[in-house]
Amino acid sequence: MPAKNYASTRFSELTEINEGNVKNLQVAFTFSTGVNKGQEAAPLVVGNTMYIVTPFPNIVYALDLSKPGAPMKWKYEPNPEPAAQGVACCDVVNRGAAFADGRIFFNTLDGHTIALDATSGQPIWNAHIGNINIGETITMAPLVVKGKVLVGNSGGEMGVRGWVKALDAGDGHVVWTAYNTGPDKDVLIGPDFKPHYDMDKGKDLGVTTWPPEAWKIGGGNMWGWISYDPDLNLIFHGTGNPGPWNPDLRPGDNKWTSGIFARDPDTGAAKWFYQWSPHDLHDYDGINEQVLLDMNWQGKPRKVLVRPERNGYLYVLDRATGEVLSAKPYGPVNSSKGVDLKTGRLTENPDKLTGTGKVVRDICPTASGLKDWQPSAFSPRTGLLYIPHNNLCMDEEGVEVNYIAGTPYVGMNVRMIPGPGGNRGAFTAWDIAAEKPAWSLKENFPVWSGAVVTAGDVVFYGTMEGWFKAVSAKTGDLLWQFKTSSGIIGQPITYRGPDGHQYVAILSGVGGWAGAIVSGDLDPRDATAALGFVNAMKDLKNATTAGGTLYVFRLP
Amino acid sequence: MRPFVLPLLLASLALAACQREERDTRPQSAFGSGEQPTPVTTLEPGGQRPSPTDNKAASFEANAFHLSEGKRLFGWFNCSGCHANGGGGMGPALMDEKWIYGSSMESIHATIRDGRPNGMPSFRDKIPDDQIWELAAFVRSLSGNAPSSAAPSRNDDMMAHPSENRMPDAATLGKSP
Ligand code: HEC
Repeated sequence: MPAKNYASTRFSELTEINEGNVKNLQVAFTFSTGVNKGQEAAPLVVGNTMYIVTPFPNIVYALDLSKPGAPMKWKYEPNPEPAAQGVACCDVVNRGAAFADGRIFFNTLDGHTIALDATSGQPIWNAHIGNINIGETITMAPLVVKGKVLVGNSGGEMGVRGWVKALDAGDGHVVWTAYNTGPDKDVLIGPDFKPHYDMDKGKDLGVTTWPPEAWKIGGGNMWGWISYDPDLNLIFHGTGNPGPWNPDLRPGDNKWTSGIFARDPDTGAAKWFYQWSPHDLHDYDGINEQVLLDMNWQGKPRKVLVRPERNGYLYVLDRATGEVLSAKPYGPVNSSKGVDLKTGRLTENPDKLTGTGKVVRDICPTASGLKDWQPSAFSPRTGLLYIPHNNLCMDEEGVEVNYIAGTPYVGMNVRMIPGPGGNRGAFTAWDIAAEKPAWSLKENFPVWSGAVVTAGDVVFYGTMEGWFKAVSAKTGDLLWQFKTSSGIIGQPITYRGPDGHQYVAILSGVGGWAGAIVSGDLDPRDATAALGFVNAMKDLKNATTAGGTLYVFRLP
Repeated sequence: MRPFVLPLLLASLALAACQREERDTRPQSAFGSGEQPTPVTTLEPGGQRPSPTDNKAASFEANAFHLSEGKRLFGWFNCSGCHANGGGGMGPALMDEKWIYGSSMESIHATIRDGRPNGMPSFRDKIPDDQIWELAAFVRSLSGNAPSSAAPSRNDDMMAHPSENRMPDAATLGKSP
């Protein structure tokens, strides 16, 4: 799985590459994916094979690591509907594949989940679960838990109702579907549901916290990360932003959007829920990664869930109950004034409330959040969470919008600008126990790549200019960097090759929401292009070009 | 001298008034006219065919009323959701000089009516034909392909880019005068 383990720590025990020798890293081999769109996927290494999923058209490659130059073993082309490209909100990305029981599972942009035989690349089953005609796409990496392939849909900008499905890993049939809006029975809320805060208690809140019928087109999509705790037998997944972005069109708390669910993986039954951003005002999707740790929290051993959230807070939750133990901003936040730990509620800043016909300036963070999907990494050796993130602010103006199925349902003019200090990105090491940053590195562009940290105390991440960097896990000192052919927005991984040596791999290829200006050749003269992101990225076209290349490094 | 000035002035005013453009404030509500094929390429093996022209194109182009209606509809039918205010997003930029399927009124009309394979929806059953022409005329104005006298001016909303009537004229763009 892309996140390394069910706890999503992205921590590798490998120590061959360490702080002292990482400066000697060399290219072992490269591979062109043949697709010049945003490469957000993590390469997957199982045994002697590396598997890569490309952005649309979602080709899967298997590379033989046991032979020099890692030749191709097989490739599989699912030939998704080209029309799907028009309904994918933010470039045509894919975040990777998952492996279980000799099979590779991945999703296609046009709404299929496919199981391939990992040895031969032959398709075993193909489940069509998303409908592009209502704007539904799939971009996330699936997670396989107890023989079930967990998948959610994208489409929060198209008025698509969010869901998570569990497909049988054997034959692909849908075992359960949990919607993230609507009546309790659709959300799989039953007698076992025990949310910690009063604001999340009540019957059919997924209907009553919306204007009539609005929940049917209300978003709450699940296109990010899922973690799993085998002891508690719970999966944890976030829910995306409510639709449309213009909050005046959906008075109420808009359950169960911009929050997090704990569910039983066998039945999908909800155990608890917590809402990061009730009645979200700024497109703060709640789908980021959840890192599951067992740690001493203020003297007591606790099972916690750590979440650098899009709204700017680093949340520490008790993952058995959903209680918020800590919520501290890990960068500049002015859209809210903190989280009330008694009620659990985010305190909105009255000066930054958005609405129809009103231009609100300098809202931080942006719609893309202090951090978007790009996953962080945790090292038990340092106790630090390594967070790749953005530093951006925005102006917003709510506008009227009509719902036309299969077209965007946003209703917001957005214009993003660099955040305080002018650096548009940062890479922050957060001391979870001390609730404060240990160190932070400034980056010119948003850090839209994921991170990986090793027992050699090295952290890897990439920049949108194309630098692949290794920094010290303890101090943040830059130890090594390599300029790849295009901007990096992928997920670095490290693995032990068949020769017993440690390797580091990253896909280079700019795109995604932040890089759409390059991968989609957008026009920087329009400040609202790519939902306002282009305004903050005007110079990206001068810094990099589109690409799609795998880089693998090792020591000489 | 004085007695002459006033009549002259009045005469010129009257003349100017005569030139006011026609406004067809009740566009036909019919769907999908203009069924003639619109090539999406300039390659024509075996010599040049006469390029198709729809007489509707001319009556909608360069008409300030239709252009401003087109601008309104561009938001109304969620074109702006995919193409932003011309700079693009889920769909390509429409304000640049690059065209995949052609920049003529007829090509753009066909794009909107029939859709295009890589994600442009077909609005054939959603938008009356005359309004598709209005949209086509507006799309052209985004890249300076409309006279500045007719193209829409300042927005009431957050300004995404200089207004359409201030776009550099596409006909002379990049060429020294
Ligand atoms: C769901 C997203 C979406 C919506 C809504 C949408 N478009 Fe598009 N549009 C696209 C995509 C994607 C393409 C590129 C299609 C291709 O390359 O095949 C496109 C292409 C176009 C083109 C052709 C550009 C060229 O270079 O030839 C025009 C013109 C256009 N759209 C205008 C409109 C108008 C006008 C509307 C509203 C009536 C609209 N679009 C609504 C996604 C959309």
